Amino acid sequence: METFLFSLLNGVIYGLLLFMLSSGLTLIFSMMGILNFAHASFYMLGAYFAYSFTQVTSFWLALIFAPLLVGLFGAAVERWGLRKVHANGHVAELLFTFGLAYLIDEVVKIIWGKNTVDYQIPAALDFPLFELFGAQYPAYRMFILIVAVAMLAALWFLLKRTRIGLIIQASLTHPHMVGHLGHNVPRIFMAVFGAGCALAALAGVIGGNYLTTEPSMAAFMGPVVFVVVVVGGLGSLEGAFFASLLIGLMQTFAISISASFGDIFGWAGVSPTSELGSITISSLAPMLPFLMLVLVLMVRPNGLMGTREV
Amino acid sequence: MKRIISAALAAMVLTVPAGMAMADTVKIAFIDPLSGPFGATGDAGLRHWQHAADLVNADDGINGNQVEIIGFDNKINPKESLIQLQKAIDQGVRYIAQGNGSSVASALIDAINKHNKRNPGEEVLFLNYAAVDPVFTNDRCSFWHFRFDSDADMKMDAMTDWIATKPEIRKVYVIGQDYSFGKAVAAAAVGMLAEKRPDIEIVGNELHPLGKVKDFTPYIQKMISSEADAVITGNWGADMVLLVKAATSSGHNVPYMTYYGGGLGAAAAMGEGAVGRVMEVSEVNTNLDTPDAQDALIDGFEEKYADISFYYQRVFNAMNMLDAAATKADSIDPTKVAFALEGMEYETPYGKVTMRADNHQILQSLYMSTFSTGMKRDVEHTGFGWVSGEGDKIEAANTAMETTCKMSRP
Repeated sequence: METFLFSLLNGVIYGLLLFMLSSGLTLIFSMMGILNFAHASFYMLGAYFAYSFTQVTSFWLALIFAPLLVGLFGAAVERWGLRKVHANGHVAELLFTFGLAYLIDEVVKIIWGKNTVDYQIPAALDFPLFELFGAQYPAYRMFILIVAVAMLAALWFLLKRTRIGLIIQASLTHPHMVGHLGHNVPRIFMAVFGAGCALAALAGVIGGNYLTTEPSMAAFMGPVVFVVVVVGGLGSLEGAFFASLLIGLMQTFAISISASFGDIFGWAGVSPTSELGSITISSLAPMLPFLMLVLVLMVRPNGLMGTREV
Repeated sequence: MKRIISAALAAMVLTVPAGMAMADTVKIAFIDPLSGPFGATGDAGLRHWQHAADLVNADDGINGNQVEIIGFDNKINPKESLIQLQKAIDQGVRYIAQGNGSSVASALIDAINKHNKRNPGEEVLFLNYAAVDPVFTNDRCSFWHFRFDSDADMKMDAMTDWIATKPEIRKVYVIGQDYSFGKAVAAAAVGMLAEKRPDIEIVGNELHPLGKVKDFTPYIQKMISSEADAVITGNWGADMVLLVKAATSSGHNVPYMTYYGGGLGAAAAMGEGAVGRVMEVSEVNTNLDTPDAQDALIDGFEEKYADISFYYQRVFNAMNMLDAAATKADSIDPTKVAFALEGMEYETPYGKVTMRADNHQILQSLYMSTFSTGMKRDVEHTGFGWVSGEGDKIEAANTAMETTCKMSRP
């Protein structure tokens, strides 16, 4: 019971963190048709900016300004980089973001060094919130949950209930029509790209000290985020939400299962001491998202909620 | 006057290179992770080697030759390590130092064996300062490999001896990294506990991917549910830091028996909650009584590298024994040095160590140290450090294990 409850909590938090990262990616894709390979790099930049902020000011300022800065940087990348490349088609765009990811990686290594930086949880949130079944639950985790839910609500409100959201949604499907109506579509694109990057950076700010802040964090998160977007359905925000939670829960629950193949498939003659039988479910946890990716592409190529072909 | 000075200068310029050409440089390639999740650990190791080399150089070098340490980043990847090894050999390096990752050490041993067979007269010697998979000094022992750290079995022997004296420990959880070393630790823990304390139940035996887990909370959760009284782990680097970080934030208050709890960054992550609870088995802790010269050495090291603490005494042992062996052999040729190292006894500030001739495994005393506060030397300016009391020392001779090694010598 306690394992279930804690796995549920941890899984949801990891899932929400994933959603924060992938929401920007899926927005950008649905709007501009760009699969942004550098998206996880913006997440990393968010964490590093926050770390630098906390060195001189406080975590709370970092929480606001690090995503803003990264958002501005993202907008600049779109305005002076992607827009130019766009004329040469999708392959050029893909290559551009691919190169950008490597560039950001190297620049981060030059500025902050190759090793993990000591980005710590703010002292005000560094206490056990409650104790359940002999295990303490850190307050910072709850804070992540609150920030993620607040962001989710704000995003939903912006897209579904405001005029800006209406225009964004319209330009998703009918960019020319929106343009004819007198809206500046390139500027909308730039804003969406910047906002997507800012969301990734926000995930970096609150995730960088929960996990670790190091130059390989982008390369570590990148593939998982792509899995989320593809499984959820390219361009579907709802799909990304469910896929994030699914992957978060699946990974956490898998770790809590100690059973091995030998225990489960004992009836089929798989011995627990054999090479195959000794593999435990928990050791498969890191592989599960990719297994899901393959399965979804085979069974439902559009993803869980997507409408377009991958 | 001016002419005399310039003449003198010219003479100096002319004679210095000539003088230097007389002596060789002993190049030691340090092949370890210098980036990524284990970068900080590798970097700390490199700085210990550098400092040990500086001290030897200040004292006339090895047989009059200056020692040069060259760092190679292997990203803890065995394949990448072989590329770096080749690079090092191409630069004329004859001595290799490595420690982080038995998977890497395994690849290096194979490659060095092959290289030495194919290139007689250009042999390369492997100084292993931390890769502790027991197999390297047993079934797969090599004449070209010397291990300056006690292997996983020797450390586990010390650890399980300690557990055997604690009747309150009835359930033990074993967690480790999923590669040869983690598996060796788990196998040793299960085997030795069954022998020394058959009443102890192993409530968990878990391997997690090396350097991939960023949040250990689900694992800690499992340990809490299993009601383990003690945890045994061989984790090191980021895996050690993140494991104890998660344990502390989840309030998991049972003894953690570690191999590398004293590793870089762990103390800061553990904090107050780990005091008296986290133990480490190692060849030394900085709060042991030592001669003044050793105190000065530690002070000098920590002054020079203010952000890390003195940790690898065995690096200094390795460097000094290399120096002594070269003196004994009157040569810096790796083959002659290797023969001189076999069976060598060396007096360290912490007692005598012996390099076994039959399997090239060092015998050194081990200590069970406890994470504490309020001691002479803390770690990384945290106010926390490691101490050991009466009965926490395991004499060097008692760490010896039987070996299956059948050494073939050139």
